[in-house]
Amino acid sequence: MTTIAPDAESLAVLEAGFDAAVAADERIEPRDWMPDAYRASLVRQIAQHAHSEIIGMQPEANWITRAPSLRRKAILMAKVQDEAGHGLYLYSAAETLGVGRDELLGKLHSGRQKYSSIFNYPTLTWADVGAIGWLVDGAAITNQVPLCRCSYGPYARAMVRVCKEESFHQRQGYELLLALSRGTDAQHAMAQDAVDRWWWPSLMMFGPPDDESAHSARSMAWKIKRHSNDELRQRFVDICVPQAESLGLTLPDPDLTWDEQRGHWNFGPIDWDEFREVLKGNGPCNEQRINQRRRAHEDGAWVRDAAAAYAAKHGEGNR
Amino acid sequence: MKPAPTAATPAATSTAAPAPAGSPARDVAAAAPALALGDDALVLSHRLGEWAGHAPVLEEEVALANIALDLLGQARVLLSLVGDEDELAYLREERSFRNCQLVEQPNGDFAHTIARQLYFSTYQELLYGQLAVGDGPLAPLAAKAVKEVAYHRDHAEQWTLRLGDGTQESHERIQRGLDALWRFTGELFEPVTGLDLDLTALHDDWITRIASVLTRATLTVPQGASRGAWTAGAGRQGLHTESFGRMLAEMQHLHRSHPGATW
Ligand SMILES: [Fe+2]
Ligand SMILES: [Fe+2]
Repeated sequence: MTTIAPDAESLAVLEAGFDAAVAADERIEPRDWMPDAYRASLVRQIAQHAHSEIIGMQPEANWITRAPSLRRKAILMAKVQDEAGHGLYLYSAAETLGVGRDELLGKLHSGRQKYSSIFNYPTLTWADVGAIGWLVDGAAITNQVPLCRCSYGPYARAMVRVCKEESFHQRQGYELLLALSRGTDAQHAMAQDAVDRWWWPSLMMFGPPDDESAHSARSMAWKIKRHSNDELRQRFVDICVPQAESLGLTLPDPDLTWDEQRGHWNFGPIDWDEFREVLKGNGPCNEQRINQRRRAHEDGAWVRDAAAAYAAKHGEGNR
Repeated sequence: MKPAPTAATPAATSTAAPAPAGSPARDVAAAAPALALGDDALVLSHRLGEWAGHAPVLEEEVALANIALDLLGQARVLLSLVGDEDELAYLREERSFRNCQLVEQPNGDFAHTIARQLYFSTYQELLYGQLAVGDGPLAPLAAKAVKEVAYHRDHAEQWTLRLGDGTQESHERIQRGLDALWRFTGELFEPVTGLDLDLTALHDDWITRIASVLTRATLTVPQGASRGAWTAGAGRQGLHTESFGRMLAEMQHLHRSHPGATW
């Protein structure tokens, strides 16, 4: 990645060209010049996104072997598989910026890079699979649809593929919860309990409020991000309130009220202390998730070594 | 709790499982073989599903899930020829499952899983190949599934080559897996009630193919007994290995905890 450093004058020309391209909504491609901070910011965001996809497999994989019907089992397996695929697209997108998957996984495993905090919550019942699909994938879609127009081409294109699949994830979650909500009393209670537990953490997925968000303003200027955390959070709440009603489930917020003037739903205060604690590592599953990831990686080391040794012997690029 | 479906009652002597009352007309002749092959696919799919989140590389998360999904799809078609797929999967007792013992063996390490997959998908590809050219009730399913299974077999072969001819450690691990699972392979060539198969050809082709892959992978074809000494039989007679009961306990517990519920 090291090129000869341009002198100050040509750097100014390059920067002006980059700024103009971003301003004109043109895509920045891997071969284009980009400011170091732009590259670093993208790497951080794409890596965190990729890590979230693969860590996010765990809470749902927790229910594959217990899925209560073969149809649900097939849907859940396909969903968890999709998340692995999303991880692959995103690690490839990061590779276009000059960082390999192994390096990024190393940073995940050593705690130097993060994944979405939502996956530090446990899936305690089958209904949690529904709540994750409806709320967590739903929040992810709200976040990711604008990323399809992100200024960096490979990331934007990865998001187009990801978003198509995420909408299936969201629908299956909604449909799973609907079946439970309309099922037996025990099933209905299971669904309500799951929504009670996942609602607030899913609102936290949009990140801290705008005035506290460390990276937001610059990412918006670069058109990596198109909307602020609070805008997206509001959009998500507005989508969910009527859906909860159709589900026959309640959202655990007594302050939810329709604001005629704003044309939006008002909602109660978010417990940002919990958010910060979970982010710091003090969530219910932080250790468990990262340990499982590390163990899978370490247990697989001899397999990757074998593939590399075989490829070296037989001149095969395949891993 | 719902009564176990009729097809599920242990009946070592019955030839074909009757279609449960109230279900649409089913092909009675297809029921017994569909149950055996459906259980194979169901159980192996479940075992592969246990890998989710634990695979050695991300590509294998995708590949193992793919195979598991194909098998689950086959299982659902096959079990639906017999009765209600969920009643059959979730409400039968261990002794009523007709899968071979090979597919229920725990995953072990990645090499063990690949060894199981190589033995089984090579068998399944040959079996479906025979069924696909016949005019039996399973021919349409077999014709579709044989293409899927060819991919499963290729995946297992590629990994057998890499592990066998990779490092010393991988070589030892895959050989251990192949050796340990060898004694479950004989059952694959026992007659299956209701299936008109050329078992000699099946066995000969299977041995030839396995030997060819293992030789290319610098591995040796296991020499020990290919079946356990137990006159009571094996999986096709509803006799399973100890880990299978635990697998079913996990698989069935939620469904059984809510009798009559729909999901
Ligand atoms: Fe995803
Ligand atoms: Fe998703």
